[in-house]
Amino acid sequence: MVEFALPKNSVVGEGKTWPRPEGAERLRELRIYRWSPEDGSNPRMDTYFIDADDCGPMVLDALIWIKNKIDPTLAFRRSCREGICGSCSMNIDGLNTLACTKSMDEIDGAIKIYPLPHMAVIKDLVPDLTIFFEQHAAIEPWLRAGRDPEKERLQSPEQRAKLDGLYECILCACCSTACPSYWWNADRFLGPAALLQAFRWVQDSRDEATKDRVSYVDDIFRLYRCHTIMNCTQVCPKSLSPAKAIAELKNMAIAQDEA
Amino acid sequence: MADADTDRLAARRPLSPHLTIFKPILTMTMSIAHRITGAGLYVGMALLTLFLLGAAVGGGAFSAVSWIASGFIGNLIILLIVWAIFHHLLGGVRHALWDRGLYMDPRGRELLAQGTLVGGILLTLLVLIFKTLAS
Repeated sequence: MVEFALPKNSVVGEGKTWPRPEGAERLRELRIYRWSPEDGSNPRMDTYFIDADDCGPMVLDALIWIKNKIDPTLAFRRSCREGICGSCSMNIDGLNTLACTKSMDEIDGAIKIYPLPHMAVIKDLVPDLTIFFEQHAAIEPWLRAGRDPEKERLQSPEQRAKLDGLYECILCACCSTACPSYWWNADRFLGPAALLQAFRWVQDSRDEATKDRVSYVDDIFRLYRCHTIMNCTQVCPKSLSPAKAIAELKNMAIAQDEA
Repeated sequence: MADADTDRLAARRPLSPHLTIFKPILTMTMSIAHRITGAGLYVGMALLTLFLLGAAVGGGAFSAVSWIASGFIGNLIILLIVWAIFHHLLGGVRHALWDRGLYMDPRGRELLAQGTLVGGILLTLLVLIFKTLAS
């Protein structure tokens, strides 16, 4: 359902401004979304200042700096700090991306940080990704083929190349949570991330369930809620193109319907 | 017990902000504009039907609907409808290309989105110039 306004308990208020670090020559301001189930109040925007000369260059460095030196209650997910685990995805400066690969120098003025958009918030910058991962599971992201063969299933370099631009997905959820169609229909639309993965297995020369896979997504909601808004592809921190994968899936679904 | 607590906590979770905090990037804005012009054309068609109906009946009925195509308000309505038609038409072409998987790369999609925006305005200006020259 299209619901433009936030529910009453989700409207964001003004939070507190934390003290500036002492003796810092270069300050950087961050405005961060805060909510804790223990507060019993609405989400708020807290303002922090970091010492840019004492902190690494990325947004994740700033978050860790704040957690270590100003406010240990700030909650966010992070792990690899090099753009491969997909944990620190969040909305920075209006766009979904990974905090670890987003340089603070790319942003003018105060750095605004929200959790991934239109998601249930567990705490601060940590969204509930349960539905997102269920959607990934629904497209059966594993090899579906007959009995185990005597030797390995070989691929030609050309067949393998078809997986480029698809296999690199790190399931950070930046794309799906940037998609207005997903905002309004996350319960029925699979979203760009799951559809990109569906296409990844459709493209795999070793997989034998292509027809089943295309039939599964061929649905007015699961696939066709995509209206080519392109936010998915604009924000993907791995520069993949879910929009293109979805367009290909639509064409395969049409071809299969006509056959 | 733990499950009941988890459910109770989950029900209280706020929804993170979305449309209001998202950067208005061009392709998204053009998608919204495509919807708005599409909806606007329904109104335009209704007005056009009303005008033709009035013209067909004639007399008092025509004078009741003639404002649709005359005076400042009428001209503004027509200009907006003309723009909406061109913008929506070019948007349709853009989507037809994308549906075939064409021009989806960063350069291509920006060019198509800019083309729709600029093209719609230019074609409307062209009609306006012709109209001014003809009258």
